[in-house]
Amino acid sequence: MSVTQNTAVSAVPAKGALKRRNEAVTAWLFMVPAALGLIIFLIIPFLMAFYLSLTNTRLISPEPADFVGLRNYATLFNVALIKVEPVIDEQTGAVMRDENGNIEYPRARTILHGDAKYEGLQEAAQFNLFGNHYLFAAGDPTFLRGLKNNFYFVLVVVPLQTALALLLALLINQKIKGSNLFRTIYFSPVVTTMVVVAVVWTFLYNPGEGTINAFIKTATFGLVGPQDWLSNPKLAFPSIMLLSIWQGVGFQMVIFLAGLQEISEEVYEAAAIDGCNMIQEFFFVTLPQLRNTTIFVVIATTILAFQLFVQVDVMTQGGPSDATMTTILHVVNEGFRQQRIGYASAVTVAFFLIVLFISIIQRMVVPEERAVD
Amino acid sequence: MAEQILTQEGVTREQPYSLRYQIRKSVILALDYAILILLSFFFLFPVIFMLVTAFKTNEDQILRDVAGLRAFVPYGPLGLQNFFDVFNRMEFGRFMWNSVFVVGVTVILGLVVNSMAAYALARLRWGGRKIVLAVIIALIIIPFEAVAVPLLLLVNNLPWINGTVGWLDTYHVQIIPFIADAFSIFLFYQFFIGLPKDLEEAALVDGASRFRIYWNIIVPLSRPVFATVAILKFLYYWGSYLWPLMVTRRPEVRPLTVGMQQFFGQYPRLWGDIMAFASMITIPVLIIFLLFQKWFVQSVASSGVKG
Repeated sequence: MSVTQNTAVSAVPAKGALKRRNEAVTAWLFMVPAALGLIIFLIIPFLMAFYLSLTNTRLISPEPADFVGLRNYATLFNVALIKVEPVIDEQTGAVMRDENGNIEYPRARTILHGDAKYEGLQEAAQFNLFGNHYLFAAGDPTFLRGLKNNFYFVLVVVPLQTALALLLALLINQKIKGSNLFRTIYFSPVVTTMVVVAVVWTFLYNPGEGTINAFIKTATFGLVGPQDWLSNPKLAFPSIMLLSIWQGVGFQMVIFLAGLQEISEEVYEAAAIDGCNMIQEFFFVTLPQLRNTTIFVVIATTILAFQLFVQVDVMTQGGPSDATMTTILHVVNEGFRQQRIGYASAVTVAFFLIVLFISIIQRMVVPEERAVD
Repeated sequence: MAEQILTQEGVTREQPYSLRYQIRKSVILALDYAILILLSFFFLFPVIFMLVTAFKTNEDQILRDVAGLRAFVPYGPLGLQNFFDVFNRMEFGRFMWNSVFVVGVTVILGLVVNSMAAYALARLRWGGRKIVLAVIIALIIIPFEAVAVPLLLLVNNLPWINGTVGWLDTYHVQIIPFIADAFSIFLFYQFFIGLPKDLEEAALVDGASRFRIYWNIIVPLSRPVFATVAILKFLYYWGSYLWPLMVTRRPEVRPLTVGMQQFFGQYPRLWGDIMAFASMITIPVLIIFLLFQKWFVQSVASSGVKG
């Protein structure tokens, strides 16, 4: 729509005001498609999540959904720590022991079903602490397991991936021949689709006769035998972490590279005059100059860690026994596969609050540099 | 021969042309390259493994080879049989077309819609501009995963132009929700506010419409940001898996990623065929990447530097 045409349409005398009004009309016309898209497909579903989480909505259901208040959240965060007493032999009064001499405890199901106050709780873990035996029960142990795994992923992957990305960026940033070639190589996993990465690594992790097993065997001179990487509850999640780092680190490397190239040559020259060696230069010049870049990389990787889904869905479906369960896999299992939209929305809201919290931390520690105007 | 001199601060530094300095420099360089090459193996071996395995036509040999270095060596009976098998077992061509169509349309419409919105935000004067801008920046932090489930319910109840209700199992359910994108608008906005205003002002004096200014002046000046947004969105949607998994059931509309997962889930697993499938998803993107790698790297770099 043109400015001149609009002038002809209405007959307001003040030319400046008219121009401005026409400009506003044009602006709204430019905004409409994007605004509609964002409102319908982002803002509305986002607000729906909060409302749906208070209902028992199902994807396809003959009956209308009911408002259930905070019941979904009550299930999510319902936890109990129960001290368990050993089983006592009724005749002798002594503590019962099994064949191996371990103290026998009543089964978790028996405890949880035996008391009305434990209704709706399921066994999440059992452990010994200070000579007592405890049963940890939760309304949704899978949700807690997923959340725990996400934090575990963050604690391991974020430092490793950030450090590796920085190392790669420093190596590439040297003025040596072929650095462009190496940059291309290190970046190439980023353009490899995650589903493909997951499938290829599943074969590399082949139990028994597999490439990774062969490599481990050679590297340890045969001390470490073949592992069942993806079926072993202790190894499955670290295995997925490794390929996640492999696929993602090139992205962060490039962001660090951009940060490194922003540092002016003069700072390094000044450091050289002051007699800095390479290590001092890194810790007192490079690292402080990369402060904002590093914070951005750490925050972005942390948020990505909470979105972890494709790898676990393709490779392990969250198994073995929830060892690779994640929050988003739980959302998809509940909301899509079980069609429990209401409950999955509650998990979604919990997920969003975590991401929001991380983003707020970022905005608090990084000075706002976004140019608004 | 004095090999070291004392600097002002009393730190010893080596003379640049001494023999010891030269040897040290060579050793460091050799170590440097050794590390760079070792890391290259780490980043290349799964891809080489995938490509080599895809061409091995003997499944028994593939299973034997996987336990050692021969997994990376193309030898024995080689050929395109695995690729033919993929086409025979599944409508691979259909999946490929679905991916290309969905991603292509989403990216192109997204470029137009989001850059227009960004132009209005960056260059036009209108009430509410600042609020809208603040809202869009706030929307960036909502990850797609946080709206996926309610969006599934929403699109399941939306009407379509042919009178049916429910968007599931169509192309448009994979395209329309993703055209408008807050982060794309933000990237365009940041670029547009940095453009000089004089060309535009001259065009306004000449009586050009805002749309003509946008189309004939802004768009040609902004090729770098268009490339950036196109590449970032292409990579994201090409690998898109969660949403198509939820909204498509028919192979007629499913993209490659979900097709790959489906193919992977068929037992007995024939690894030669699986690797051929995986290679055919990867090779086109790898070629595009190698051709435009400078653009790719710049795009990713600019996605991080939100300064």
